[in-house]
Amino acid sequence: MDILFLLVPLSVALVLLILFGLWWAVYHGQFEEIEEEGNRILEND
Amino acid sequence: MQMKKPDAAVYNDTVVRQFSIMAVVWGVVGMLVGLIIAAQLTWPELNFGIPWLSYGRLRPLHTNAVIFAFGGCALFASSYYVVQRTCQTRLFAGPLATFTFWGWQLVILLAAITLPLGYTSGKEYAELEWPIDILIAVVWVAYAIVFFGTVGIRKVKHIYVANWFFGAFILTVAILHIVNSAEIPVSLTKSYSAYAGVQDAMVEWWYGHNAVGFFLTAGFLGMMYYFVPKQAGRPVYSYRLSIVHFWALIFTYMWAGPHHLHYTALPDWTQSLGMVFSLILLAPSWGGMINGIMTLSGAWHKLRDDPVLRFMIVSLSFYGMSTFEGPMMSIKTVNALSHYTDWTIGHVHSGALGWVGFISMGTLYFLIPKLFGRKEMYSVKAIEVHFWTATVGVVLYIAAMWIAGVMQGLMWRSINPDGTLTYTFVEGVKATFPFYVIRVVGGAMYLGGMLVMAWNVWKTVVSGHAVTTPVPSALAHA
Repeated sequence: MDILFLLVPLSVALVLLILFGLWWAVYHGQFEEIEEEGNRILEND
Repeated sequence: MQMKKPDAAVYNDTVVRQFSIMAVVWGVVGMLVGLIIAAQLTWPELNFGIPWLSYGRLRPLHTNAVIFAFGGCALFASSYYVVQRTCQTRLFAGPLATFTFWGWQLVILLAAITLPLGYTSGKEYAELEWPIDILIAVVWVAYAIVFFGTVGIRKVKHIYVANWFFGAFILTVAILHIVNSAEIPVSLTKSYSAYAGVQDAMVEWWYGHNAVGFFLTAGFLGMMYYFVPKQAGRPVYSYRLSIVHFWALIFTYMWAGPHHLHYTALPDWTQSLGMVFSLILLAPSWGGMINGIMTLSGAWHKLRDDPVLRFMIVSLSFYGMSTFEGPMMSIKTVNALSHYTDWTIGHVHSGALGWVGFISMGTLYFLIPKLFGRKEMYSVKAIEVHFWTATVGVVLYIAAMWIAGVMQGLMWRSINPDGTLTYTFVEGVKATFPFYVIRVVGGAMYLGGMLVMAWNVWKTVVSGHAVTTPVPSALAHA
């Protein structure tokens, strides 16, 4: 199962990327006033 | 509407219109090919002895046409529409967006030529040969640049949840396609996979199931999170839950693939890992499904007279059904019965026809009148007809395949007291015949509904006109 030497590191890299995305979203104000955001798409078209 | 506004002040809806129309066209083509092969499985004489009409060549044409041509065009159209509206800015790199349209159509055209001619790399859902694979990669990178570029120049601080889903879909499909399509060309039209044996099988289903997860789920969830609230005129039930849905889904999806390889040469622990991850997926999937359906909480009456909304809500019900069925089928003991039977085909189509098809149709019914300056579709009655024809069609299809699948599984495993098989394989095939006929009927109804849609879209487009929508000069939200 040599293929796991490719797929497992790839998954680890992706998880790190996802973690970075989550970190960025949390610490860059993406989740402030979170329930407001659902309404915003209805306001303008 | 706006007379001579500079380009930057209006949304780029030309590319959205192009993709929307082609989604309908390819939908009709892909479903027609599906109906033909369903009929061939019932009455094999329908091959007519012509090689390029044979099942083995038309089947990949069907899957490629419905997933990548119909589904792909619907995803391009909706993601370009949604990312502009929610970021309140025109598409980044307009010419590149135009290129993604023509490039993607070229990919589809090449698929429609090479697959019937028998050119195939032999990998399920990735049959196209290496020159087309390279073209796909180029178009996809352009798509990523346009999409993430648009998010980058957004005028609204918050990135709406639908864009996160679309973004994850675009990024992951790029990685999946490139890793799985690694192949060694021996000529212009033939290549061999860079992996061999069980390694190749593992990569294939790592790709295959993540394509289900990110192309057919995450992408269409992006659609769902924008168009269901829009059509219902209410914000999503819980925006907080939608965020949890997104992160939970993408964290847990990657390792579900091995459940396609239960009881094969794949190491046992890898199979079990695939099963565990598949079971975990039930939680975020149902969270999302409930969130989508509950958006209508307090406004259920809208379902009575809005067939577009009905398409969307029924699609969510099918999403819930198939994301329950999937984890169940990934349990090894259940899989021992279901694998290689038509149950799998039923499961796939409950997801494809029910979830992916219905949410796309609902979205297109929302988009097309808007893009062509009409209040609603040319005929709302026709949407109603489409809805009921398609719904009955799906139910016939999947019920027939469930029964056929369980029956096949039981017949194959049935053993006489002396240890010999109770049934020969062909007895199973014979017993399946009536269910194949029912499937043809269900498929014909689903295609019939799609033809009604095509007519309705045609009438809407010719009686309307392409409109330009100005970007609201909204204050940046901060």
